[in-house]
Amino acid sequence: MRAPIPISLCVNGERVDAHVLPRLNLADFLREHLHLTGTHVGCEHGACGACTVRVNDEIIRACLVLAVQTHGASVLTIEGLSDSGEVADLQAAFRDRNALQCGYCTPGMLMAAQDLLKQDAEPDRKQIREHLSGNYCRCTGYQAIVDAVETTARLRRERKS
Amino acid sequence: MKASAFAYARATSVGNALELLAAHGGKAKVLAGGQSLMPAMNLRLISPELIVDIGEIGELRGIARRGEVLSIGALTRHVDLLKSPEIAAHSPLLTKAVAHVAHPAIRNRGTIGGSLAHADPASELPACMLALDATIVVRGQAGERRISAKDFFKGIYETALAVDELLVAVELPGVRKNASHFFHEFARRHGDYAITGLAAQAVVKDGIFKDLRMVFFAVGDRPVWSNAVGELVNAAITPALMAHISAALREELDPHADQQASSAMRRYLANVLMRRCVSTILARPDLDARAA
Repeated sequence: MRAPIPISLCVNGERVDAHVLPRLNLADFLREHLHLTGTHVGCEHGACGACTVRVNDEIIRACLVLAVQTHGASVLTIEGLSDSGEVADLQAAFRDRNALQCGYCTPGMLMAAQDLLKQDAEPDRKQIREHLSGNYCRCTGYQAIVDAVETTARLRRERKS
Repeated sequence: MKASAFAYARATSVGNALELLAAHGGKAKVLAGGQSLMPAMNLRLISPELIVDIGEIGELRGIARRGEVLSIGALTRHVDLLKSPEIAAHSPLLTKAVAHVAHPAIRNRGTIGGSLAHADPASELPACMLALDATIVVRGQAGERRISAKDFFKGIYETALAVDELLVAVELPGVRKNASHFFHEFARRHGDYAITGLAAQAVVKDGIFKDLRMVFFAVGDRPVWSNAVGELVNAAITPALMAHISAALREELDPHADQQASSAMRRYLANVLMRRCVSTILARPDLDARAA
């Protein structure tokens, strides 16, 4: 049972068939097997949030999910999210507000922030902080990130009305 | 780090999972949401030979009301608990507590059964199970056992669950009339494991506690049921009585020290929580004087 196990899943809209060892986590599968290196690996025990991706439309920690557990699932990484244009405005707001420096946390931050904005069009700063509480940033001190998310929410509301 | 190598089996039913556990015993580990197991494996704190993935077993999922009792399947995720109108109506303490369980991305995977079987003494749900007088339902090949939450938690990561048994559900008894609750924890960052926390369930009539179940967490090797606060039941609550209870609680608790907090700090924080709980539930701000 330690042998590679066949899995079939959808990654960024494309079907992927692979054989993976049970011990391989999703983050390493995405990075090493599919060369989708936008998913970052920080702490490898669920504390830092750098590996946040979407599985079946919900954000999860890719370091805390085995690749074999994603058999039949639909995975969206920062590459897919970015290419689709879904977060173009959020990315622009991060850039404009200097909400990133080294950028290591940014893919996970964008994933978590967009997850919040999908659920709540008008989050206050406390809710933004709570939703991003699982994502560490060691550069910015978070203020600029909260600003960028808040601004994006406001601009999206204005665009809609 | 990465988890060491292991074999993997996807259980197709509870019966199949129990067969696998019976065959491999202590060398196997059950994978539910994996949000505690995977960190432990990645840190090489544990290296099971076989992972039995129960994630696809549909019968372990969901929340159902049977009469007064609310039954929660082991694979019900934290996010499901948080968004459940049944739980918010039946046991609002649990809704309140789950908001403190880790972060959104973890709540999307982590399960109630996984959290209880893992039995981290700093986690929220075990304490809630004691406060809510829950029954933990476990199944083995010999049949089902129903264990009171009070008897389930045995120590750090230790429970009454045998290696060949599976936690299948928890049952929350009907909520009594005039029930109220309190939940709060102190943590370095919202969603982190608590430094000290309190889950409490009470029955209050005319400003008097008719029942009070206070369970502290992160202050011992398992959820800590406070006997000391029992004196608050059927008593007129005065500042003098609060001072007496504070002293008794300090005696009763024997918290550990770690890199987050000293034993004295945890005792102090538990006292702050006890006072905040009493004053909040009774709507008596006068009782929230800081523990001396």
